[in-house]
Amino acid sequence: MRFYEYESKALFRKHRLPLGESRVVRSADEARSAFEAIGGPVVLKSQVLSGGRMKAGAVKFADDADEAAAHFESILPIVIGGESARSVLVEKKSPVAQEYFVAITWDGRAKRPVLVFSDMGGIDIEEVAETHPDHVSKTHFSSILPLSPYIAKEAIGATGVSGTALNKLTPVVFELMKIFLDYDLTLAEINPLARLEDGSFIVLDGHIDMEAEARGGHKALLDELGIGEEETRQARPPTDFEIAGARVNAVDHRGVAGNVVEFDGNLGLVIGAGGGSLTLFDAVRKHGGKPANYCEIGGNPSVNKAKELTKLILSKPGVEKIAVMMNVVSNTRVDIVARGVVKGCIESGKDPAKTIAIFRIPGAWEDEGFKILRKYGVEYCDRSVSMYDAAGRAVAKLS
Amino acid sequence: MPGLFIDVTIAPEIAKDAAIARKLEEVCPVGIFAADDGGVKIVEENLDECTLCDLCLDATPKGSIEVTKLYES
Repeated sequence: MRFYEYESKALFRKHRLPLGESRVVRSADEARSAFEAIGGPVVLKSQVLSGGRMKAGAVKFADDADEAAAHFESILPIVIGGESARSVLVEKKSPVAQEYFVAITWDGRAKRPVLVFSDMGGIDIEEVAETHPDHVSKTHFSSILPLSPYIAKEAIGATGVSGTALNKLTPVVFELMKIFLDYDLTLAEINPLARLEDGSFIVLDGHIDMEAEARGGHKALLDELGIGEEETRQARPPTDFEIAGARVNAVDHRGVAGNVVEFDGNLGLVIGAGGGSLTLFDAVRKHGGKPANYCEIGGNPSVNKAKELTKLILSKPGVEKIAVMMNVVSNTRVDIVARGVVKGCIESGKDPAKTIAIFRIPGAWEDEGFKILRKYGVEYCDRSVSMYDAAGRAVAKLS
Repeated sequence: MPGLFIDVTIAPEIAKDAAIARKLEEVCPVGIFAADDGGVKIVEENLDECTLCDLCLDATPKGSIEVTKLYES
């Protein structure tokens, strides 16, 4: 779940990171007032969740109140990545001497957070990593052991930063590491983190993503920032299909059968289990299949939820077949899912035998599940068939 | 709508027993039984949710409840 820049900065301010004076404005008059309150040159920045604001012309500098109001009027209507601006942030313009980059994200392969630091901030970090690899450091750290500032100091020092800059940057980077862990973030980024002409440091732009599943645990913060439960904050607004999927999942408390993401392919996917969704989705694509959706099922959803999810997926135009596949399940019952998908096909007016391209859910109560599938003539397989091969069988049935 | 996969029948001799009705309503984790008008009735839309836990069988005299897997017939 993404935060707007002004929300990220509110969190940073709470943790005493150095920030310039700023105001969030929603009208030209407010922009004018903000300029006068801040006093002096300001920068106006469109508040959208997507990147590319500078390239889109949605970041502008103003030297007087009238200019600030005019820039507000020109910035607000700019649509970036299909997204309209929520508001505009007016912030004091800072005399920058040097820009740095710092970000913490999760490294799935290392199964640990990774701190990325560069003394060449303000530009695309991937480009810096390619052209000036000696100016980028990557440092993994534990999310379990106590944090120590020396980790931040080593990461900064690895790019050649030393002396006063090193000493002043360390507490800022260290605080960002703590924020990342304390709020269950998937990304905490400051770019640029600037050294001003007077030698002080300041956060010029910040970006935060919170793990969506962690929202409940941080309700107080989200309330404080005014982020409502209805705000999904995904990279794009949810489609009608995705909204319907969320409704299916909310029908009762039992398990998960939803979290759908819409794609434009023709193979419906009822997939899940311990990372199985991602693996299976990739496997389908590797075999040349075109998924109609991504989804997650698990935690033993009710028959009704599995049924409604199946009906929803089959309601997509062009979707004639679904693949029902999971990793080996222990707390989800195979027979319950089998009942749900078979019933979903029947209530959609389709023959389960012709509609379910493959059923590959091994695990708890699989013998009972297989009885149901045999009764309805559905092709199924057990754990002796890999998820990859099962995906291949499903894709083959479409050609 | 009757179940597609599961059917449950109740013997007439317990169908009007209010105490058993309450017990069945309490033990079934998926709401297949509802105490009603001094007896018990089957909530048909929940039949396919049956988890085959046998709690209803344990809560009633032997043979008075029958759970049938329709997919085995």
